[in-house]
Amino acid sequence: MIVEIGAFCLILSLILSAAQVGLSVIGRVRRSVVFYGAGEGAAGAAFLMVLIAFAALMYAFVTSDFSVANVAANSHSAKPMLYKVAGVWGSHEGSMLLWCLALTGFGAIVALMARGLPAAMKSVVVASQGSLGVLFLAYTVFASNPFVRLLQPPVEGRSLNPLLQDPALAFHPPFLYGGYVGFSIVFSFAIAALVEGRVDAAWARWVRPWSLAAWSLLTVGITLGAFWAYYELGWGGWWFWDPVENASFMPWLIGTALLHSAVVTEKRGALPGWTVFLALGSFTFSMLGAFLVRSGVLTSVHAFAVDPERGILLLTILGLAAGAGFGLFAWRAPKLAPGGLFAPISREGALVINNLVLSAATVTVLLGTLYPLIKEALTGQSLSVGTPYFNLTFAPLMGLAFLVLPVGPLLSWKRGDGLGALQRLWAAAGSAVAVGLLVLWVQKPTHVAAAVGMGLGVWLIVGVFVEIAERIHLGRASAAEVRRRLGGLPRGAWGMSLAHAGLGIFTLGACFETAYKIEAAQALSINQAITVGAYQVQLSDVVAANGPNYIAERGLVTVTKNGKPVCQAKPERRFYPANSQTTSEVALCLEGLDDVYLVLGERRVGSEAQPAWLVRAYWNPLARLIFLGPLLMALGGAVSLSDRRLRFAAPRRAAETVAVPVAAE
Amino acid sequence: MGWMPRSKKARRRLLVVAVAAPILSLAAALAFFAMGDAVSFFYSPAQAQAAQLAPGKTIQLGGLVAKGSVAKHPDGSVEFVIMDHAASEKVVYQGDLPDLFREGQGVVTKGSFEASGQFRATEVLAKHDEKYMPREVTKALKASGEWRGDKDKVTPAGTTKG
Repeated sequence: MIVEIGAFCLILSLILSAAQVGLSVIGRVRRSVVFYGAGEGAAGAAFLMVLIAFAALMYAFVTSDFSVANVAANSHSAKPMLYKVAGVWGSHEGSMLLWCLALTGFGAIVALMARGLPAAMKSVVVASQGSLGVLFLAYTVFASNPFVRLLQPPVEGRSLNPLLQDPALAFHPPFLYGGYVGFSIVFSFAIAALVEGRVDAAWARWVRPWSLAAWSLLTVGITLGAFWAYYELGWGGWWFWDPVENASFMPWLIGTALLHSAVVTEKRGALPGWTVFLALGSFTFSMLGAFLVRSGVLTSVHAFAVDPERGILLLTILGLAAGAGFGLFAWRAPKLAPGGLFAPISREGALVINNLVLSAATVTVLLGTLYPLIKEALTGQSLSVGTPYFNLTFAPLMGLAFLVLPVGPLLSWKRGDGLGALQRLWAAAGSAVAVGLLVLWVQKPTHVAAAVGMGLGVWLIVGVFVEIAERIHLGRASAAEVRRRLGGLPRGAWGMSLAHAGLGIFTLGACFETAYKIEAAQALSINQAITVGAYQVQLSDVVAANGPNYIAERGLVTVTKNGKPVCQAKPERRFYPANSQTTSEVALCLEGLDDVYLVLGERRVGSEAQPAWLVRAYWNPLARLIFLGPLLMALGGAVSLSDRRLRFAAPRRAAETVAVPVAAE
Repeated sequence: MGWMPRSKKARRRLLVVAVAAPILSLAAALAFFAMGDAVSFFYSPAQAQAAQLAPGKTIQLGGLVAKGSVAKHPDGSVEFVIMDHAASEKVVYQGDLPDLFREGQGVVTKGSFEASGQFRATEVLAKHDEKYMPREVTKALKASGEWRGDKDKVTPAGTTKG
């Protein structure tokens, strides 16, 4: 019964979304407050209905109702409760429902909470969000309905893919979708700007928090995914430039560009058309990601829930939404008032370079991701584009952006003092070069790229400190004045500093780990050992360890360094009978910021007919920074969001009364 | 500067182009340069034998893992045979096989032929989902008549239909 209520509410939400579009459009045409309100109410109601549908599906999963096809295919009665709940979004149908939940939820927030937004513009935002809701809800209801019943329910479900039964991946989709779909609001604001023909500081002030929120959620989502790939797949890597990873990375890159160009539009009224273009682009790339991941057109190591036939429908939705958005852009953008002028050496100028590089990087990633499709369509030859392509194109472009990054915040708006900014960065430049040379000297001098990368990471981190020191007049003013200025720094400034420092920390970790990680693998019998870097890894014992829905062999591994014990690790090899699938549970030994990473492989017959297990051990130096950095970036986004000036309902006047000490007056 | 356009707007546009052009051409140059080496073509065993590939060239070799062909050695290396309808290739791989590697299932490996004619794999494509079959393998199997379709299709959920 509850499942039928869910199915009913899902259909109702589709109708309400259609009503939301109709009422808001009528309201906009007639300029009628009643219709505006009705459209907003419909948006709220549509969200409520999807929420009920979502709860109903969750109920079916929690109670293991195998008469529902989706539950039978993705759940199992012996599964731990967390993964029963996470199973809701572990399948194609369920994850589309989560997508719709986020889409209508964000729409409802704008419709019901956004006060102070001009009524006409708000109605267009609500109508646009409703149209996206209609597209995706119609897809969910007609092509991907999670509430379909089975005529002959099985006694037991087929269970969720064991690789997905993992805490990091249980929370990965909600964050990722929050990010993907958060950009839909930005998309709708862009549509509204084009329809109303105005892009001004007030508009940018609305777009910024939304893009910031979406970007932060996406950052957390991607980081969780990378961390999951790192320790659940057991390959020792965290990023493979796989199409599915790229699909989430491209909206992130465009979202990052959007964050920065929205600042220019808000503060200086410049680049209005470009900001609108990026706002349209960010959600277009989100939809492209949804299509690439689900359609299976590209061979991916992370292929889940693939269905080519429904992929075509997703491509149609993508074409409709993006086509309408960019068509409107082509028609209306030339009418947007051109923005303010600025000199090439200025904060605007630095942000333009940031945007150019990020966009160019996105295009190269897009090219590398889609090249197999293009080539196959043209010549019929199957091929794949490997990691070297992405490393060779993406890294130099990002290096260029990193070079400019610390300079930007030190320049003033409109016309900056480039030489002065560079002079103030001598400490950052000096330490960056020193670290680069040190890495070359201490480590193998063949790793030039790693040395450059580490130098850039230090350049970013020290650059952040230089920028804060400049803002608080460190060394130029009295201690009391410095303290007063430090307390007066807006949260937006702290957020930016955190995010930039996080990027530097990530760069340090990523470059160091990639260049200097050590791998060792060998079939070990009990009490045999291998050496990885400075560590001795001994397989002490292998015992049986069974969980609720799996049976496992658990290795007891003793890790020592120079004879001193470091840790006792327990990597596992699990077999899930429900899926007849084996997974490896990696054990991580945290050594400061380094990881000793241990995988227990399959049982083999070793020497003298003794049983042996293939043990793989990695020493991943500074690996923790790779995941810490992006989390700092997301935290920076959250801190910025808490800034009074960016609060959704904050009236404009309040924003102007807050004193903003600018870096270089 | 007499050669600069008169209007402020045009001058600004020129400046944008002057800044954007090097960055975009750098991106384009890098992309074309990097694409050459990073691309690896897909071959089924029959196609690989017909193509007379030079030793050392990185390719992807995919097909079905022949039943009973997997031999695991104590030093950690694995030998198995990848076959399609018309031909088969012996593959040597050093390392741990992905958890979903099984005899009789589709697989894609990446590596190169040695001078002796043996294929040495550096990567074995791991899948996360036992229902998932790499597209290239599906296509190659269909072309050679080896495709048997979705036998275990129970529900409408998430099944690959090539």
